[in-house]
Amino acid sequence: MTTESLLLSVAMAIAAGLVGSFAVMRRMSLAADPLSHVALPGIGIALALHIHPVFGAVVALGFGALLVWAVEERGGATTESVIGVVFSAALAIGSLMTTGEDLIEALFGGAGALSWSEKIFGLSVAGAIVVFIIVFRNSLVIMMVSPDIARTAGINVRRFDLLYLESFALTIALGLRYLGVLLMGALIIIPAATAKRLAHDLNSMLWISVVLSVMATTLGSGLAMHLHREAGPIIVLVATALFLLSLMPRRPSKK
Amino acid sequence: MALANQMLKSGEEAERRMEEIKAAVPPEKTLEVSDLSVHFGATRVLTDLSFRIAKGSALAIIGPNGAGKTVLLKTLIGSLPFSGTVRWAPDVHIGYVPQKLDLERDIPITGVDFLNARAAVAHKPAVGLCSVLALVGIPSEVAQRPIGAMSGGQFQRLLIAFALVADPNVLLLDEPTAGVDEPGQEQLNELVRRLQKSQGLTVLFISHELSVVYQYADNVLCLSHEHAWFGPPSTILTPESLRQIYGGEVSFHIHDH
Repeated sequence: MTTESLLLSVAMAIAAGLVGSFAVMRRMSLAADPLSHVALPGIGIALALHIHPVFGAVVALGFGALLVWAVEERGGATTESVIGVVFSAALAIGSLMTTGEDLIEALFGGAGALSWSEKIFGLSVAGAIVVFIIVFRNSLVIMMVSPDIARTAGINVRRFDLLYLESFALTIALGLRYLGVLLMGALIIIPAATAKRLAHDLNSMLWISVVLSVMATTLGSGLAMHLHREAGPIIVLVATALFLLSLMPRRPSKK
Repeated sequence: MALANQMLKSGEEAERRMEEIKAAVPPEKTLEVSDLSVHFGATRVLTDLSFRIAKGSALAIIGPNGAGKTVLLKTLIGSLPFSGTVRWAPDVHIGYVPQKLDLERDIPITGVDFLNARAAVAHKPAVGLCSVLALVGIPSEVAQRPIGAMSGGQFQRLLIAFALVADPNVLLLDEPTAGVDEPGQEQLNELVRRLQKSQGLTVLFISHELSVVYQYADNVLCLSHEHAWFGPPSTILTPESLRQIYGGEVSFHIHDH
């Protein structure tokens, strides 16, 4: 693994830790997986048109987030139905469009040579996501507790909802190279879910989630190289092991 | 001596004239609602509602369950689509205390995080938080707890503190003391009353406790499934009208303080 690739994967992991913290607190854990599936037909179209698959994935994920945002306004069970139906269909269509080696790489991630455009795209998008979550964390916290209260505090709830969903979608796009369509959702959710168990306030939640996400990514990539296996599944297994460790009974805290 | 008497007299006269002028100038309106209707699908919740609220006054919203009280407050803050007009005064800053929030117990956001977030969004320094916590009666060690781990009454006090952090001039309270212990209810009612008097806050509150309504409200808006009544408590809270509204015997006694 080159230094540049390592740098890019750490930037991706930081973004995933931050975006995941709010996903877990907003109870979006189950939406992460299906939303990431929508990347597959985007990758298929991009391959057919001979453009970089990441950019096809970004466009498809952007539309996916927009769709979730649009049906969310209607509220209730429709959101879950739409996510379930549309994104499963996207996975099916994408699987037909992409075949062989390309399909395996899209699903589970795979190392090809990093192009310049991908490096610049990856670092700038990860940076933008990190800045967005940190700068607007207070607005996101208030919205999470109650959108009505957020509105009276002068927060444009609909706009922030869309921005957050698009950050989520772009974070998935960042991780496709390393973890693929099927596993990237796990890197967003598992470290954040672990952090939620360990944290006692907002700052510790964000920090723990970022540290665990970076640990899973770097340790997992290193271990994968050592074992001559693909990095994605190992990264997810390391994240899962850290989660299991957090389940161990702790000594009751002294008062 | 005679001069002094005369001066006193003219002073009294001037005061009386001043009172008359005050009465002649229509009080400034904070909120004007006309022909407000809200419906969910085919179900009409509010129909052609019109009322006005003077600056610095307290309006109680009462009525049976399902009459649309919470819907009215949510419409006033712009969370629900409606027809008709809702006109707030241009300088209005709203503090809103919702009825009940569904929170996960293990969410790692503390009371302090929550209030800090409000102060930060309003670009206010966080130093005033201690005094707000003291006002609503939250000990600082309780404020350090995750919001999901607070008791119903503690969280309700926190919501009131949240509404006060950014110095609002209008408070919308949806059963603000639900789940709060008896002495706490009185403390919070008195707090709202004090802020209303000292800072000229306009208060709209939903309550099921008619004695509280009688004690604190300048006007009452009573919503029922078919009609709405608006007026001072003495004319709205009569046994006959209450029977009409709630469809049964309703009695209440007025607490003396």
